Amino acid sequence: MNREELIEQLKAKAKEIRRHIIRMTAAAGSGHPGGSLSATDIVTALYFAVLRLNPGNPNDPDRDRFILSKGHAAPLLYAALAERGFFPLAELLTLRKLGSRLQGHPDMRKLPGVEMSTGSLGQGLSVGVGMALAARLDGRDYRVYVLLGDGECQEGQVWEAAMAAAHYRLDNLIAFLDYNGLQIDGPVAEVMNLEPLAEKWRAFGWHVQEIDGHNFAEILDAVARAQEVKGKPNMIIARTVKGKGVSFMENQVDWHGVAPKPEQVEIALAELE
Amino acid sequence: MAEKIATRDAYGKALVELGEEWPEVVVLDADLAKSTKTILFKKRFPERFFDFGVAEQNMFGVAAGLAAAGKIPFCSTFAVFAAGRAFDQIRQSIAYPRLNVKIGASHAGITVGEDGASHQAIEDLALMRALPGMTVFVPADAVETYGAVRAALEIDGPVYIRLGRAPVPVIHGPDFVFRPGEAVCLREGKDATIIATGIMVAQALEAAQALAAEGIEVRVLDMHTLKPLDAAAVVRAALETGAVVTAEEHNIIGGLGSAVAEVLGEECPVPLKRVGIRDVFGESGKPEELLKKYGLTPAHLVEAVKEVISRKKSLFHR
Repeated sequence: MNREELIEQLKAKAKEIRRHIIRMTAAAGSGHPGGSLSATDIVTALYFAVLRLNPGNPNDPDRDRFILSKGHAAPLLYAALAERGFFPLAELLTLRKLGSRLQGHPDMRKLPGVEMSTGSLGQGLSVGVGMALAARLDGRDYRVYVLLGDGECQEGQVWEAAMAAAHYRLDNLIAFLDYNGLQIDGPVAEVMNLEPLAEKWRAFGWHVQEIDGHNFAEILDAVARAQEVKGKPNMIIARTVKGKGVSFMENQVDWHGVAPKPEQVEIALAELE
Repeated sequence: MAEKIATRDAYGKALVELGEEWPEVVVLDADLAKSTKTILFKKRFPERFFDFGVAEQNMFGVAAGLAAAGKIPFCSTFAVFAAGRAFDQIRQSIAYPRLNVKIGASHAGITVGEDGASHQAIEDLALMRALPGMTVFVPADAVETYGAVRAALEIDGPVYIRLGRAPVPVIHGPDFVFRPGEAVCLREGKDATIIATGIMVAQALEAAQALAAEGIEVRVLDMHTLKPLDAAAVVRAALETGAVVTAEEHNIIGGLGSAVAEVLGEECPVPLKRVGIRDVFGESGKPEELLKKYGLTPAHLVEAVKEVISRKKSLFHR
């Protein structure tokens, strides 16, 4: 398969995952579609073109690790895992229901493929540092990928982890920042400004790239470059649109944590044909 | 007088010794390696030691990642920072996913001394005890500390080990076997029971000796495991001695006293007195001065035992 074909496949897969996110959150009557849709292209690229995984052996010690630090984007992670074959697609509609393996935020003890229980923001990057250190101690060549939200970077622990990753020169750590610019209380720039964001990560000793988080060519190129970096952890700041792919959700802060109603589902799914 | 060793010293030595046996063990610290004694491990296994600087939240998150990848991290810092500063990380990233992280929390209680209330953890046991799946050890001496570290290694899941700064008498002989969740009866008696944990075990033994001189025979239980609590031993003590005193270097709210009261309340109510810090913050001072001021000496235990015995007698004579 050549690169153009791969990118076409990823686009189709991303559309399918976005459709799952709409259906899942609607069935649950709650959940976080906005930040799931903004990060869909990044996660799709990782699960279908980057991560070394074996759904038949989810605990393979040599697998790449992916940590969804912004755990509220659980619908996105679940849709990607199901599409990747970790569990049946039909189970997606059990999201947030009593007895389901698909908890409101990811639970590593319930669902295969979930590498870390997340949901309390700011903790995933530290976990990624731990896994990257373990890989080095064990002489294994797996990589650790972490997806952070932008609002999440307001947590001090993120910067503690940033310091530690650079201190220990963890070049097997590749973080994405889903920079959609909106958090619950409004625009990130108004609630608690993060800028200059790339400069901050660079100042902490990271190799930083800035890309369009909805452009698969840019995502794949950034990962490839990050994989070549030696002696530094990697940050890929991906500019994204909250609610991407569904016109009435795009850039609307209110869609952070609200599920679509049946008539809205129809419109959304039609747009994602 | 028995030899005195601080449990933190024993912890540092145990890590080195067991580190030889368990290659998966890694040790993490947050700029306190000299105080927590993890420096001993750092010297022996530099490649398996990681300092995270003054950043406890990150340290516990990193420990979760290491554990998820098959390592057995021992995360060490002062109890105030472990259970306090990093409580959310311990809850969300360690206890909830049941990861195999061991927490070596030193400088617990008021006997930290001169540093004062900001450094005297008196609530850590309440916090750790309330976390589902968390095992909580409070060793009384150097021998128990070694046993607690070994037991922690054999448990698959999070363990909190509470350690002290000040030297404490060695109570147990070299043949002592640490059995998690099993209270140790150090002295038999029929009149009352003192259930003690941590540094208060030695105080309880002194109190029991003083009481014996007055003809009062007191059972002394060393409750080195606060969770899971040896409820059977508590009930047995209540049935057989009819009165209980708890002794802990912790707030009487949420620690050993509460744990014992919960069992007695449900299973076998008898007169109970909780000896501990009575819901106040400590202050600067020498450890022995603080123990006296906050009511944690053998003399206080003697008084408490007499009180529960008189309550027991008045019950019988009603």
